Amino acid sequence: MDALDLARLQFGVTTVYHFLFVPLTIGLAPLVAIMQTIWHRTGDERWFRMTKFFGKLLLINFAIGVVTGLVQEFQFGMNWSEYSRFVGDVFGAPLAIEGLAAFFVESTFLGLWIFGWDRLPRVIHLACIWAVAAATWASAYFILAANSFMQHPVGVRFNPETGRAELESIWALLTNNTTLAAFPHTVFGSLLVGGTFVAGIATWWMVRKAQKGDETEARTWRTAVHLGLAAVLIAGVGVAVSGDWQARLMFQQQPMKMAAAEALCETEAGPGFSVFAIGDLENRCDVKQITIPGVTAWMATGDPGATLEGVRELQDQYTAKYGPGDYVPILPITYWSFRLMIGFGALSAALAVAGLWLTRKGRLPKQEWLAKLALLAIPAPFLANTFGWIFTEMGRQPWVVVPNPTGVDGVWLLTADGVSGNPAWMVALSLVTFTVVYGALAVVWFKLMRRYAAQGLPDEKPADPLGDDEDAPLAFAY
Amino acid sequence: MDLPVVWFLLIALLWTGYLVLEGFDFGVGMLLPVLDRDRDGRHDDRRRRLLINSIGPVWDGNEVWLIVAGGATFAAFPEWYATLFSGFYLPLLLILVALILRGVAFEWRGKVDDPRWRARADAAIIIGSYVPALLWGVAFANIVRGVAIDENKQFTGTLFDLLNPYALLGGLTTVTLFALHGAVFLALKTAGEVREDAGRLAERLAVPTLVVAGAFAVWTQLAHGKAWTWIPVAVAALSLVAVVGATRRRFEGRAFALTTVTIVAAVVLIFGALFPNVMPSTTDPAFSLTIDNASSTPYTLKVMTWVAVGLTPFVLLYQGWTYWVFRKRLTVEAIGPNAGLKPVVRQR
Repeated sequence: MDALDLARLQFGVTTVYHFLFVPLTIGLAPLVAIMQTIWHRTGDERWFRMTKFFGKLLLINFAIGVVTGLVQEFQFGMNWSEYSRFVGDVFGAPLAIEGLAAFFVESTFLGLWIFGWDRLPRVIHLACIWAVAAATWASAYFILAANSFMQHPVGVRFNPETGRAELESIWALLTNNTTLAAFPHTVFGSLLVGGTFVAGIATWWMVRKAQKGDETEARTWRTAVHLGLAAVLIAGVGVAVSGDWQARLMFQQQPMKMAAAEALCETEAGPGFSVFAIGDLENRCDVKQITIPGVTAWMATGDPGATLEGVRELQDQYTAKYGPGDYVPILPITYWSFRLMIGFGALSAALAVAGLWLTRKGRLPKQEWLAKLALLAIPAPFLANTFGWIFTEMGRQPWVVVPNPTGVDGVWLLTADGVSGNPAWMVALSLVTFTVVYGALAVVWFKLMRRYAAQGLPDEKPADPLGDDEDAPLAFAY
Repeated sequence: MDLPVVWFLLIALLWTGYLVLEGFDFGVGMLLPVLDRDRDGRHDDRRRRLLINSIGPVWDGNEVWLIVAGGATFAAFPEWYATLFSGFYLPLLLILVALILRGVAFEWRGKVDDPRWRARADAAIIIGSYVPALLWGVAFANIVRGVAIDENKQFTGTLFDLLNPYALLGGLTTVTLFALHGAVFLALKTAGEVREDAGRLAERLAVPTLVVAGAFAVWTQLAHGKAWTWIPVAVAALSLVAVVGATRRRFEGRAFALTTVTIVAAVVLIFGALFPNVMPSTTDPAFSLTIDNASSTPYTLKVMTWVAVGLTPFVLLYQGWTYWVFRKRLTVEAIGPNAGLKPVVRQR
């Protein structure tokens, strides 16, 4: 492997890893904030205990999300310096704004929330967790604005003198319709993770407590189950609606990516949605598929009879415009990651419906299989998120900045031209280092999460805040 | 004022914020194995927890200054960001790993009540504080000194070029300065025995820091300085001399203010010596990256100026508020029992 492959592999490994922890933070933070709000409004201590329980899991998770985010920012310069030179004028701005507007808020108010339990007035302490939740969402927006620029460059022009992309309108960049669609999709996708996480753990506990005949505790957990499931259902609808919008945009903005997602080799009128394919996807059209007629055409345009361009025709168009080269993403990856994303997302939502059915009208299910299934469901939305990003980033290849067919001309860059000039051994060293460190941390993270989840709700009672002037010791959170 | 100049100053400001704030929490991390000893010389976990909790609510917010400094460099000086980050590859890799392990160690240390678990977390905190404290000094010294950069703005040196005597002195300077800054912070932030011990340690560190940092400042000035940068050299030197007096007389607030002034003066010296270059080339001065040939377009700089001017005051406000909320001195007596889970006992 050369430096390019290694750098790409590192970006894939570190980004997928980073985005295991981030959606849980984005999805769980507002749920913890809601729990604390309900406690604050009703004085019901069960919600206090739940805030404490899920809050602890949030913190274990948050730590790893923060530190792996640092790698994301640094590796653009370290491994992708030529990309950074080309787009820095445009791409750096949303990153810097994210730090100033969102990340400062997130980390500062999280510190206040962790250490402020017995110190801050309750309403201010509550405001801190809401500030954290809002900041994680703002953070997602700016990062997606940066990413959407790579998918669909707007608000920029190519300066032939400097040979780089230059920002023309920050407003256009921040209101890129790709961003506007990706943002709800990502946030709802994260809420799917957070909701399933809460519902999964709470269901396990509800069943356990019901089996032991502890109905009071089982009912407490049942409320958390319902909060989680409600979040999953809202998120499920949100993901589907925003995903549909995204797909429609993507057919216009990145036709090759969508054709690759559908393994649509030849230009076709009214193509169907391929559910399953066997055969050699790599060799493009030599496959047998099961398709639902007209669905892909309808997804793309709203008209089931519309004609969509296939991979071969698009390849010819790209060759004519950008010179000889292979402009087709790796089809098995785009095809399957797209389906796995949808499949795991739909599975999460379906399980939520089943969960609501099983707990309808005050029921407290005691079935052992339900407890097990609830825990097994937790990875599903994580996988949906992971496959979604693998699809969107692998489907962008061979470009790092995809040419915009509907607008800006001249702003594009091949991934191969974006890599730093560092020797392969250096990148390999970095890749191995991060893989080892990240792997070790994942093991510890999982063990900690599992053991803390197995602790159950704390018996703690809320303490009165000590107030500012009292001569009392501070809480020691560490 | 010219926008690239404004951004040169803003980047210097962000680095100042980072080095002043994370400087003391690196210092606390480095001093962990020294200041956790009780009067009998034994390592005391309660003291160790006290030290870690002294920076608990703030270390993460402090580290964001680095993220913003990095992001702002990317946005305002893409060529600088690209050359610096791809050129200083291995030191940055080490810094990243150190910061990763240190960050999770803070958050996870108290989660399991097991001496071996804590020992591993402490090793991560201590090493994770030394490594970046050293390497930031090495990196900034190399930036001022200049590195091999070709006509295409590419770094052509090797790792060993970065480990020259001047840069190593720079690294030693940041290590000693941050250790002193951390000791002074702890004397200000704790009560009881730890406060006394931190005060005594600060007193002992003050003179060596003055010698090392003074030597580095004078070397920087003689080799790379301008006439006016004698001012930050003098400010840094005088404030460190005053720190010696302040730590002797246990003027804790004043000592912390003075180490802060020293770090600010050091950043002013470094950036003052650098200006108008951002990364001088030792290959040929014509290949140097300057505020003009490395910067973004005027439009981007203008947008970013508005963003920075609009948001930075709020950041200072709420971060300042955090320090106010947690302003009380911490004592060992107030530390509760370890709340972590008991270690898993393996069944045979």
